[in-house]
Amino acid sequence: MTQLIDKSEKPKPDSVDYSAMPDEHGHFGIYGGIFASETLMQALDELRDAYEKIKTDEAFQKQFDEDLAQYVGRPSPLYFAERLTGQVGGAKIYLKREDLNHTGAHKINNTIGQGLLAKMMGKKRIIAETGAGQHGVASATVAARFGMECIVYMGAEDIVRQAPNVYRMKLLGAKVVAVESGSKTLKDALNEAMRDWVTNVDDTFYIIGTVAGPHPYPAMVRDFQTIIGREAKAQMQEQCGCLPDALVACIGGGSNAIGLFHPFLEDESVAMYGVEGGGLGVDSGKHAAPLCAGSPGVLHGNRTYLMEDENGQIIETHSVSAGLDYPGVGPEHAWLKDIGRANYVAATDDEALEAFHTLTRVEGIIPALESSHAVAYGMKLAATMKPEQRIIINLSGRGDKDINTIAKIEGIEL
Amino acid sequence: MSRIAARFAELKSNARTALIPYVMTGDPSPEITLPLMHAMVEAGADIIELGAPFSDPMADGPVIQAAAERSLVHNTSLHDVFALVSEFRKSDDKTPIVMMGYLNPIEVMGYESFAQQAASCGIDGVITVDMPPVEAADYVPALKSQGLDPIFLLAPTSTEERIKKLADFASGFVYYVSLKGVTGAATLDVTSVEEKMQQIRRFIDLPIGVGFGIGDAESAAKVAGCSDAVVVGSAIVKKMTLNDGKTEQERSIIIKEISDILSAMRSAMDSL
Repeated sequence: MTQLIDKSEKPKPDSVDYSAMPDEHGHFGIYGGIFASETLMQALDELRDAYEKIKTDEAFQKQFDEDLAQYVGRPSPLYFAERLTGQVGGAKIYLKREDLNHTGAHKINNTIGQGLLAKMMGKKRIIAETGAGQHGVASATVAARFGMECIVYMGAEDIVRQAPNVYRMKLLGAKVVAVESGSKTLKDALNEAMRDWVTNVDDTFYIIGTVAGPHPYPAMVRDFQTIIGREAKAQMQEQCGCLPDALVACIGGGSNAIGLFHPFLEDESVAMYGVEGGGLGVDSGKHAAPLCAGSPGVLHGNRTYLMEDENGQIIETHSVSAGLDYPGVGPEHAWLKDIGRANYVAATDDEALEAFHTLTRVEGIIPALESSHAVAYGMKLAATMKPEQRIIINLSGRGDKDINTIAKIEGIEL
Repeated sequence: MSRIAARFAELKSNARTALIPYVMTGDPSPEITLPLMHAMVEAGADIIELGAPFSDPMADGPVIQAAAERSLVHNTSLHDVFALVSEFRKSDDKTPIVMMGYLNPIEVMGYESFAQQAASCGIDGVITVDMPPVEAADYVPALKSQGLDPIFLLAPTSTEERIKKLADFASGFVYYVSLKGVTGAATLDVTSVEEKMQQIRRFIDLPIGVGFGIGDAESAAKVAGCSDAVVVGSAIVKKMTLNDGKTEQERSIIIKEISDILSAMRSAMDSL
């Protein structure tokens, strides 16, 4: 974490039409696109057409809004963290409480949307990949509610790290398949889910949990998640009569971050910080921070920043948080980085763990390890800002699922 | 005329169907691939499909993915593939070689640099699984300018519109993936393959190879009856798990097993 407020040297574009992105083939500048095998193309075309239809379909949007309100429990509060602000001594810190959603994270916003779409397309079977298990739980939840079969692919290593969520998915009726290939984490689960989809394309809907994958996923998942930013904007207006000065969100694939950022992209005064998993430190090489320390490449159907070696092989990532342990990132973030609209930074495992404890003790809110990265950076950022300024940290999920991991790291037997 | 075109012309004049085995470079050991390639030609292979490993082979099943993992233990890179083909060309200047892999290693090398090096070592065609025509505006000219054939896949789900689009880009041959699913999946239905081949032939005037689900001499012969080439991958890659291929003796066990499979396929295909 070197420059806290990065007034980047790159010129901020004067006239970027953020709402026009991506283009019809899913490109955000050079990023995004549809880099998928021919065997998937028909399914992607079908999905794109269905998605284009529901974007302007009033009945669908009404159902989506209703489900978010009555089932998910939205709007989620925008909470002024007064004690944390006092302790940090700087900008006022607000928390967007996605942890209070049904199932405990922002992931449900997207699975409700894709679940409704699956139902509309007449698909009977849902598949999903999951890292921390939050997206798997959110998918299993939606499948239970809609009476669909649900298969969740999860890296064998993540299954160990996130045992409570695995049990939760099973309780919800999902089948959890352990993925033993590659690094046995999120990226391998995604590979496996794609293989399932290619094989069972007729009756199966693949719910991708983040803003990655081939078009239309990055745009579609973003659009389902922008409820976060739209609410936060209105809530800040209502509470303070102004825009926030900065937004902070953690980034694995980047869905909670884009959900918060996107409705503010045209508000130039609002700075944005995406916080990647810094692992043992970006300089150590053991991290999950492709935007901070990776390079452009093609993986999982889109062009984006990747953690890769000089031969183009994807390298294993490290983060204490399973949800951030991914070697790529959503293509829109890659583009926002290049044009200088958003800043991408990292918080290390240790910083995240410290922030986890701080928030828990000072505000009585147990954050997910993923979200703890945003809290860690947000506190540092706030300390450099003036008391009349305001930042929103996206508290993307709650930390109950992580207590076993934390206890283990700290040598405590439960 | 390219080696691929020359080979298909020669096969056509003899009324034969091409047999195309797929092996992964450096699987299970770096030393095995060169002698294996020569042995496969000896056993009746007309074209060799040479895999370049990728850490995340999304379109492949467990057999090919495991092959990539075994190859990557030796850090096999595109440079190793080029070096291998250069060696092969010292004693075989006729058998076409098609490299098959994923985009990212090529992307990192740069399309032009890749094409130049691939052509100069003696590679004839390139299949990049996750590079569809819609993204190929820079990729195809880069390959073609070096005389490399960009070879694309078609699937049972390919629409007429995409088959037509492919006709503008593809050269060498077209690879028809005969099953929904990943490599090494279930067995194939020859009747549905035949129907799709007729549709493809209406729009594309290139030889058509069929792969996915061809595991033995019988299925190879059936597919040979309706296609220009039979691609066999997982069935022979499975043999790479017999041993580590570290010693001469270990390698010869694997090479013999694979040669036997190909010889059986070859004679079944030729006795049609």
